[in-house]
Amino acid sequence: MKKILLMGNPNVGKSAIFTSLTGINARTSNYPGTTVSYTTGTLTVLKKGSACASCCKSSCKGCSYGFVEKIEVVDVPGTYRLDPLSEAEKVACRLLPEGDMIINVVDATNLERNLNLTLQLLEMNKPVIVVLNMWDDTIHKGIKIDVEKLSEMLGVPVVPATGTTGQGIDKLIEYITNYPQEPVSKREYKNRWAAIGEIINAVQNLENRRHTFLERLQDISVHPFAGIPIAIIVIIAIFRVIIGIGEYLIGIMEKLFERFYTPVIMALSRLLGGEGVLHQIFIGDISGETIDYEAAMGVLTTGVFLEIGIVLPYILIFYIVLGFLEDLGYLPRLAVLFDRFMHRVGLHGFSIIPMMLAMGCNIPGILAIRNIESRRQRFITATLTAITIPCFAQSAIIFSITASYGTGHVFAILGTILSVWLVLGSALSFFVEGTTDTLIMEVPPYRLPAFKVLLRNLGTRIYGFLTDAFPYVLGGILFVNILTILGVMDFLGKIAAPIITGVFGLPEGTVASFVVGIIRKDAAVVLFEPLNLSGAQMVTGVTLLIIYFPCMATFVIMLKELGLKDTFKSFIIMVIVTLITGTYIRFFMNVLKDPWLYVIFTVLLSFTVMLVLSRIADKRHQAKYM
Amino acid sequence: MTLRDLKTGEEAVIATIKGGYGLQAKLESMGLREGSRITKKSAVLAGGPVIVQAGNTQIAIGAGMANRIIVKNAD
Repeated sequence: MKKILLMGNPNVGKSAIFTSLTGINARTSNYPGTTVSYTTGTLTVLKKGSACASCCKSSCKGCSYGFVEKIEVVDVPGTYRLDPLSEAEKVACRLLPEGDMIINVVDATNLERNLNLTLQLLEMNKPVIVVLNMWDDTIHKGIKIDVEKLSEMLGVPVVPATGTTGQGIDKLIEYITNYPQEPVSKREYKNRWAAIGEIINAVQNLENRRHTFLERLQDISVHPFAGIPIAIIVIIAIFRVIIGIGEYLIGIMEKLFERFYTPVIMALSRLLGGEGVLHQIFIGDISGETIDYEAAMGVLTTGVFLEIGIVLPYILIFYIVLGFLEDLGYLPRLAVLFDRFMHRVGLHGFSIIPMMLAMGCNIPGILAIRNIESRRQRFITATLTAITIPCFAQSAIIFSITASYGTGHVFAILGTILSVWLVLGSALSFFVEGTTDTLIMEVPPYRLPAFKVLLRNLGTRIYGFLTDAFPYVLGGILFVNILTILGVMDFLGKIAAPIITGVFGLPEGTVASFVVGIIRKDAAVVLFEPLNLSGAQMVTGVTLLIIYFPCMATFVIMLKELGLKDTFKSFIIMVIVTLITGTYIRFFMNVLKDPWLYVIFTVLLSFTVMLVLSRIADKRHQAKYM
Repeated sequence: MTLRDLKTGEEAVIATIKGGYGLQAKLESMGLREGSRITKKSAVLAGGPVIVQAGNTQIAIGAGMANRIIVKNAD
């Protein structure tokens, strides 16, 4: 099969072009021996004219309709240059010899910078098609590009396109299908920037125009004074919106369940005779006319309601908001604004992006650390993420079942997590060898997200969530019910009692949560519901469930991304942090009584510890390197 | 004058980049090299990154690095 490489600078819309070309026929794969992935898909084109070997029928000689040719398309990681510095760029360079043709995707609003890579690609003596992506943006921005002239100067076909809407893709496919067969002449650019200057002068024409609304928004969101307050307001607003709409949707779901699902369960319950082992496993404790779906603990009652009734509405609204912010381009601005702050925990601003993603699910968060060049920063980011950041499925259940304890207790959990982040982060920064790089990052312009693209990304995420999470939640609850009936849970509870009860002050019954939590955190939190925990116990239990271990799936990804040694270190840190935090919460919640007092005390304490630690670390660093 | 000293909103030309090959290459591929015309867009308070515009690209540069980029007035 012919192989086409989609190459270009980071964030020029290669993946949008890729999706337009290959449709949904795309899969993610790992390149052997490296951690940076690329995606391949197939483009099916209809070719007119002579016969070809790759036709569906071996006897086909071509016909009036033409024949079908399948072409492999590779979405290569973004790169700025062909002399590799980072892992992603190494992948791009290794893939290069395999390609039969290169589609160089170029950000048309950034022609000058993008041409640097284009000219390097032209020197490779392979057929190249240049795609001027984001063509619609050039019109808003008053940029005029003479496409024909550019094509003539570069000596290759140039296609203006807009990947998000699919405009220009048919033209691109036409060029792919009918690329001139003659061998490409060898090219060499002695002074690349001079050549680029010449091209730019000849083909590009900038018009003066007024600043757009988005550009003003762009300036204000990184404004020296207003930037950080705006960011804080945005984050608070996001969470208010997510929780508000989430709760509203859950209310609707509850009614729907009551109306349509309860009769089914009731009938099933009668069918099973209202008791017995199977009833206990699948239906759980139900009595009276209504079912308490959060407390019944049956696979078909709590298990189904947990994911569809509570987690799904929250995940849906969370990913709508996150997807919008991602596509708009706000996340890199958060990275810029919090860069200075992140240095206190040994990171630079970029690490805020993996952490934001991890709030949805830890796995994409951990995967995003691939973009960080320093090993020390990768380790700190992954460890902090795995320990302190609950996924949104878990957060949803936390909001839902701790609400009856009052806002104070919810904030006691959040405050403790934040404090662990601050103290652990600055401690890691203090103890982990190495230095922290300085941030150098392109800050993309704001782009109004295309509705079609938002919807497609949302669909992929929700589908992934349902297919990945749902079976595990049902399986997890099934597993716990069977172990409980067999008496294994009681046994484990007795064994773990010295720590669970002795150190953390939790009842033995909570051990089931910590067993399930290894697989699914949302299913683990809900197991607290029937135990009638006190406020302090709830805060301890929920917080420990967040930090003691990420879910197994995340842990496997950590192993892959960090390697055995660093993951093991990370695991030891988890154990230590869990023991310290559990003891701390039990002691101070009981001493301070009021949850609000506890929150204020804990957060202030952790800030102080962080400031002291980072001050000492700075001094030590200066003594060593200056 | 370093990039940090440049006033927000002002235009300048990069005179020297005091850094190794890796840094130079990284900046160059983003369109920042000696002789590049840039505009300083913003500087986050308290030693945060500087944002510069080169062509149509905005690039955030951490404070440590911004101190090692020497600029001169555009003429």
